Amino acid sequence: MATTTEGAETGGLEFHPMDQFIVSPLFGDDASVAWYTITNATFWMALAVLATFALLVLGSARRSVVPGRMQSVAELAYGFIHKMVEDICGKEGLKFFPYIMTLFMFIVMANFLGLIPTAFTPTSHFAVTVVLALAVFITVTVVGFVKNGAAFLSLFWVSSAPLALRPVLAIIELISYFVRPVSHSIRLAGNVMAGHAVIKVFAGFAAIAVISPVSVVAITAMYGLEVLVAFIQAYVFTILTCVYLKDALHPAH
Amino acid sequence: MATVTTSDGLADATGIATHAAETPGMPQLNFDHWGNQIFWLILALIATYLILSRVALPRIGAVLAERQGTITNDIAAAEDLKVKAQEAEAAYDKALIDARAEAQQIVAQAKADMQADLDAEMAKADAEIAAQVAESEKAIAEIRAGAMENVQAVAKDTAEALVIALGGTADATTVDAAVDARMKG
Repeated sequence: MATTTEGAETGGLEFHPMDQFIVSPLFGDDASVAWYTITNATFWMALAVLATFALLVLGSARRSVVPGRMQSVAELAYGFIHKMVEDICGKEGLKFFPYIMTLFMFIVMANFLGLIPTAFTPTSHFAVTVVLALAVFITVTVVGFVKNGAAFLSLFWVSSAPLALRPVLAIIELISYFVRPVSHSIRLAGNVMAGHAVIKVFAGFAAIAVISPVSVVAITAMYGLEVLVAFIQAYVFTILTCVYLKDALHPAH
Repeated sequence: MATVTTSDGLADATGIATHAAETPGMPQLNFDHWGNQIFWLILALIATYLILSRVALPRIGAVLAERQGTITNDIAAAEDLKVKAQEAEAAYDKALIDARAEAQQIVAQAKADMQADLDAEMAKADAEIAAQVAESEKAIAEIRAGAMENVQAVAKDTAEALVIALGGTADATTVDAAVDARMKG
């Protein structure tokens, strides 16, 4: 194979950009993963929970009226999501604030912790993001029907459009509604995975002495971009959750 | 996974192909591991939710509300103090105006008293002066009357002497009558 000879010629350039996503047991030599096995995924999810705990619980432990550094960040995160929920969903959306805050804190912490070199990033896995997105989808659908009954279906019936167009639009709306969890989950996992993989590819090029300075600069630049993406994707996931929730609370177009 | 090392110089394409034989190319699509991740994810989410809804969010919310309350109270207190300061200033101004008016009144009173005293003294002095003037006039009149008599006596004596000197006989009563008539005329 041509690729084989090429690989041999460049001094054994080896690219394993996807190896960082492999789920493996943390303890023991047995490589098989059962549903209860403690894996690297478990470890980094637990770290995300601990980081959330440290920031929001330990950070606010002093309850000072004039906040310290940690408490400022905790209050910033609280205010950020609280305002987002209130602005988008309205007052009645605040019931869901702890739920949305949970999603945001978990994703943002997992994303940032995943940027630590050699870390495992739970949010780069579709298994994780699909569950998150389905949880939002199911919540929104259930809330929509419980709150509005059959009137929730008016979400699909665009009353402002000409009557003849409405059935067509209804089909489009229906499809877009069911595509939501797909785009919601793939957007997050795809962004996180792509960034991490690109960094690994650049790192692979560093094996060639001539290219390595460029490679290091590229890795640095990508890393900076990834820090941005880590926050933005958490933000996007959260704000979309709010938008979907708004549809459930006020389905009228 | 560990069995698919490329230490023997295999290119990545081949490596992934071999990889794929055991697990899918993307670890994300290895559905054998989904159960594990979903299980731990749900645990992590429940833990996070409990931490947030039971402890963190109520506490931070309370801190923020307390701060808002403190700020509102402080602003109200500041507003109060401002009003008080304004009241104090108004009272001070009023006191100042009152004091000034009182001072003016006292000055006017003093002026009036002094004027009254002065007027009384002046009247008294005027009266005394008038009395003295009257007395002096009386004295002058007496002196004048006395002088008139003397003049009459001198004139009679002079007239008698003249008459005698001219060789006439001086009848005293005639001379007196003539002198009196002259002096009246």
